[in-house]
Amino acid sequence: MNEPRPPTKTKPAKTEKAPAGATAWQEKSAEAAPDQGPRRAAMRVRPTAPILPPSNIQGNALMVVIAIMAFLACLTLGGVSMVRATAAGWQSEISREITIQIKPDEGLDMDAALKKARDVALTFVGTRDGTIMDDSATARLLEPWLGTGLDLADLPVPRLVIITIDEQNPPDFAAMRDLLKTEVPQAFLDDHRTWVDRLVSMARTTVLIGMGVLILVFTAMILTVVFATRGALSGNRHIIEVLHFVGAESGFVAREFQKHFLKISIKGSAAGGALAALLFAAANLWQSNSRATPQSEQATALFGSFTIGFGGYLGIFATILVIALLTTLTARLTVMKTIDEIDLIRSDPARADGAPKS
Amino acid sequence: MGPEILRDMTFDIPKRSFQFLTGPSGAGKTTLLRLLFTSLYPTRGIIRMFGRELSQIPRSELPMLRRRIGIVYQDFRLLDHLTTYENVALPLRVRGKDEASYRNDVIELLKWVGLGERINVLPAVLSGGEKQRAAIARALMDRPEILLADEPTGNVDPPMARRLLSLFLELNRLGTAVVIATHDLALMDQVDARRMILTEGRLDIYE
Repeated sequence: MNEPRPPTKTKPAKTEKAPAGATAWQEKSAEAAPDQGPRRAAMRVRPTAPILPPSNIQGNALMVVIAIMAFLACLTLGGVSMVRATAAGWQSEISREITIQIKPDEGLDMDAALKKARDVALTFVGTRDGTIMDDSATARLLEPWLGTGLDLADLPVPRLVIITIDEQNPPDFAAMRDLLKTEVPQAFLDDHRTWVDRLVSMARTTVLIGMGVLILVFTAMILTVVFATRGALSGNRHIIEVLHFVGAESGFVAREFQKHFLKISIKGSAAGGALAALLFAAANLWQSNSRATPQSEQATALFGSFTIGFGGYLGIFATILVIALLTTLTARLTVMKTIDEIDLIRSDPARADGAPKS
Repeated sequence: MGPEILRDMTFDIPKRSFQFLTGPSGAGKTTLLRLLFTSLYPTRGIIRMFGRELSQIPRSELPMLRRRIGIVYQDFRLLDHLTTYENVALPLRVRGKDEASYRNDVIELLKWVGLGERINVLPAVLSGGEKQRAAIARALMDRPEILLADEPTGNVDPPMARRLLSLFLELNRLGTAVVIATHDLALMDQVDARRMILTEGRLDIYE
């Protein structure tokens, strides 16, 4: 390498007139850098790399943390929406019907009484359909207690009329009860109110517990994402400093970091959310394919249907967006805070961190 | 509050001037450079820069002010994941300029500082002197009105120190005021330039 001749007590600047051109060193480059050889027409440079390294340990770790938290949050969200739907199903199924029970009595023509009770009930606005439970259905109902081959004529078993009602516009139960009492004194109207009330409170409690769990998981997710983002950012403080000191405005630095962290969080949360959605879809598929098998019946009895519906998938999508926005916002605020700190150090000489060493 | 590092000093840095800032280690050279680069506020006293008093300039305008000042850190502060070209182009990139508009200028400047063959190399494989030149090129990229260099020859051998000095002189000829903080007497002896000597926080100037 040829070294340029050392200056021998050069008198700088004052005597020389500075050239005005913006790229004045270009004219000087040949003489000032003799080791460069003949100038090439064009130098190839690689496509400009992003200002932030596209992948590093902190970034990858953050992506994994976000994916796990998104998966858990989406799973909880789907679970809660499933519980809610199941609870609503119980409630609506049981409140969609009322039962008229007719107790056997001396000299009562049970069949006539059943028909009469049904007809009386159907005269009310708000009723839709009435079904008399026939002998075989009643026997089936009693089978668990009395065994098979039951002859209803031998036992004074009450008989049932099931009336389907319009849930939105239910009939006047008190008036129906009064009329039945007059027309068929042995009839007893059960509007399932006790059951419905208990189920409603149970369903509400279940949904409330689910919401509580959802809030806890979301809070944990927010905190984890915020702290993981800040952790990942702390490894990039030197980049913030360099950008700041080469004249980048705070907004520019924040935008660069936002873009970077948005990419990481979208990748992470989409992976976690998609995994949760896939899990629900697969469970739903399994359930519908193995319908009427003991395993499926068991699972349905325990968890209800594994359908989270359009709303559930929308919720998962919203969770992905929330996580992405959260990470981006955290990155922005943390970068702005770091720049503030760098500027704050300026007024406190005792704090030498971030300053070049003496 | 920490100890008083600099006190009772009045000086100016004229346009297109060339000066050495020297003094023993711990005398406050870096602190003075940081004050000039606005990366430190004086606890008292006034600094006027480009015709404006520094304390009157709002924080949001400081990046614009810093764009008129080039700084070469003693520890280079190159970004490890960017090539020499990308590191040197950084000041233009953060100004939102289109890469096509400055590519040739950056390459010319890299050739000028003797890094024409190291354009696509990451800092990890650059030697100390090459890193120093890359840091200098980055500071010069947007043609600053004043260049502050903190121990620019601290990490290089004497021939490389002479080479870097000739770069600064060249830059000064092109119109930039240069302040070189150094305690390398041999380096200072090569140039007949103004010397600002810091001793225990006091400044003496020898024109």
